Amino acid sequence: MPEGTLCNKKPVNTKEELLTLLADKSGKKYYEEMNALDVDAPALKALLDKTCKSRIRTWLEICAHCGMCADSCFFYLANHRDPTQVPSYKIQSTLGEIVRKKGNVDNAFMQMTMDTAWGKCTCCNRCGMYCPFGIDMGVMFGYLRGVCFSQGFAPWEMKIGSGMHRVYRAQMDVTSEDWVDTCQWMAEENEEDWPGLEIPVDKADADIIYTVNAREPKHYPEDLAHAAILFHLAGENWTVPSEGWEETSLAMFAGDWEGCRLQVQAVYDAMERLKPKRMVVTECGHAYRATVIEGPYWAGLKSGKTPVPSFHYVEWVAEALRTGKLKIDPAKKIKEPVTYQDSCNYIRNAGLKDCAREIMSYIAEDFREMLPNKEHNFCCGGGGGMNGLGRYREQRNIGLKVKRDQILATGAKLVITPCHNCWDAIRDLEEVYQVGIRWSFLKPLLLKMVMVPDHLKPEEE
Amino acid sequence: MYDLVTGPLAWLAFSVFFIGLGVRVVRYIRGLDWKLDRVTYTVNVSYGIQGALRSVFFWLFPFGTRSWRSNPFLTVLVFTFHIGILITPVFLLAHNVMLMERWGFRFWSMSERASDFLTVLVLISAVFLALRRIALPEVRIITTAYDYLLLLIAVMPFITGLAAHYQWGGYDAWLIWHILSGEVMLVAIPFTKLSHFVGFFLSRAQLGMDFGIKRGGMKNRGMAW
Repeated sequence: MPEGTLCNKKPVNTKEELLTLLADKSGKKYYEEMNALDVDAPALKALLDKTCKSRIRTWLEICAHCGMCADSCFFYLANHRDPTQVPSYKIQSTLGEIVRKKGNVDNAFMQMTMDTAWGKCTCCNRCGMYCPFGIDMGVMFGYLRGVCFSQGFAPWEMKIGSGMHRVYRAQMDVTSEDWVDTCQWMAEENEEDWPGLEIPVDKADADIIYTVNAREPKHYPEDLAHAAILFHLAGENWTVPSEGWEETSLAMFAGDWEGCRLQVQAVYDAMERLKPKRMVVTECGHAYRATVIEGPYWAGLKSGKTPVPSFHYVEWVAEALRTGKLKIDPAKKIKEPVTYQDSCNYIRNAGLKDCAREIMSYIAEDFREMLPNKEHNFCCGGGGGMNGLGRYREQRNIGLKVKRDQILATGAKLVITPCHNCWDAIRDLEEVYQVGIRWSFLKPLLLKMVMVPDHLKPEEE
Repeated sequence: MYDLVTGPLAWLAFSVFFIGLGVRVVRYIRGLDWKLDRVTYTVNVSYGIQGALRSVFFWLFPFGTRSWRSNPFLTVLVFTFHIGILITPVFLLAHNVMLMERWGFRFWSMSERASDFLTVLVLISAVFLALRRIALPEVRIITTAYDYLLLLIAVMPFITGLAAHYQWGGYDAWLIWHILSGEVMLVAIPFTKLSHFVGFFLSRAQLGMDFGIKRGGMKNRGMAW
């Protein structure tokens, strides 16, 4: 059974394998090897028998082919209502066929399936809300990604991402030492402006354990500083773990379920080790979805909940503003029209729509809702790993049109995006379509608006 | 022939219908897996029940959900079709007369004009449901011959029933065809997509539990379907 050296059915488990894969620019050789990759039909059938149970089989079977899911999909709308973008068609022609043929499919079929599962769906789960039978095609595509991954048919970046989690317990090559160093560096860098500012590492029994997206220590360390300053101003007793600090899961996007388990287990271990009262995660949607919503199931926690209660950053901000831990200077509220990007992962799929509105009521004078909004909002266009996949860049950019038009219709030039993927997608949207909008996480905006208690101000010289 | 279709065949059809649907329900529920589905069905039960009820309830009413409201034409067709299909046979005068003769009990029955009206509505909506499959590209691409066959199975009892009632070219033959087509439909329900007779409720309840227990139900007042 031919397997490539880069493209094969074995997930990446070592640093060397990761480096070899990374050295293959844009996955050129990887995708060439994929053309020769055999489908292990018996293994595929065995996987379906074991994991494709009544929920998904019933969904596939009873789909009435009514087409009500069509308009729910932003890819369908962005591609001039191309019928091949109808969610029902996309899932029936891929997973549906694999199930009907009991795994007897060939290489070309698996590549088409891969291109559909990652290039035509962001697993935003919006279609599930529009199907009369409650058929959630986002859930099925998530499952289908796992099926593809097990056979080695996953986009190059996904294989790397899953490998990163397996090797580093982070989506990027950030080691524990790098992370702790970054924490110290950011604390030192800002202690002059913020006397007493600390980023306490591995403090036991804190009120809050704060966890992040590895992009923050790697590329945007100031985000960590902003978080620290806001916790400092709010008087929180908080800490970060030296290990288990990463909440994101490219393994989830890749369909690498074992990688998912390994990743969330690291975070849960940190919770058990440091015994904080609760966990707060940075402004990232899929991180929250992976570690708080889906993670307990990967880790086999029968309660379906994380070891300590877990909160998205918007929940903490809403609470801090509500209780007065953070106070906004009324003169510094956002005056211009501003809109809010509801992230699929923590709004539609985790129910936090009201926190977002509550925050906006404190910080914005002219808040404009997108239409539709809240759980009915469209995906930013970059979810589900889409932002990072070179092979589907063009499709991603086409998909961004729906979000572009939604934002423009609000008349706002500023979009608040408390989610890394939304933030990226909207940045790229501006780069591609140049419509003159700006985008921001909450932290830098809050820092500009928040009132600093006298005792926390730096001493005048 | 009449004795055959109203005797052993009727018993067989109703048995297959009820037992088949029962097996469907049991197999569906037994096939749910908290870890694979990632929903703690047996923990946080109150959130699950609430989510399931909301998920079924709003969808049972025309224009009760955003999706129904966004597709008004289809919504009217779907509800007309289903209400007609479910109500007409149960409350039809002739059926209840038979029920009284054979079993000694009957339900309330509607006037013959009302049942004729509902039957015609079922047929009209079926025609439009079929035309919709041809006319709209987003529906055409997912439509198969099987979809038309099921539509035909569902409307045949109504066509033959109407024909028998108005004795278009003789009563007896139409009556036999009517009873047979009704039996075909009953048998088809557990074995085909028509199993959404129960599948609708099961699947909707499952997704409702998913949202109620895991995806936000514990942190908000419930999904705004």
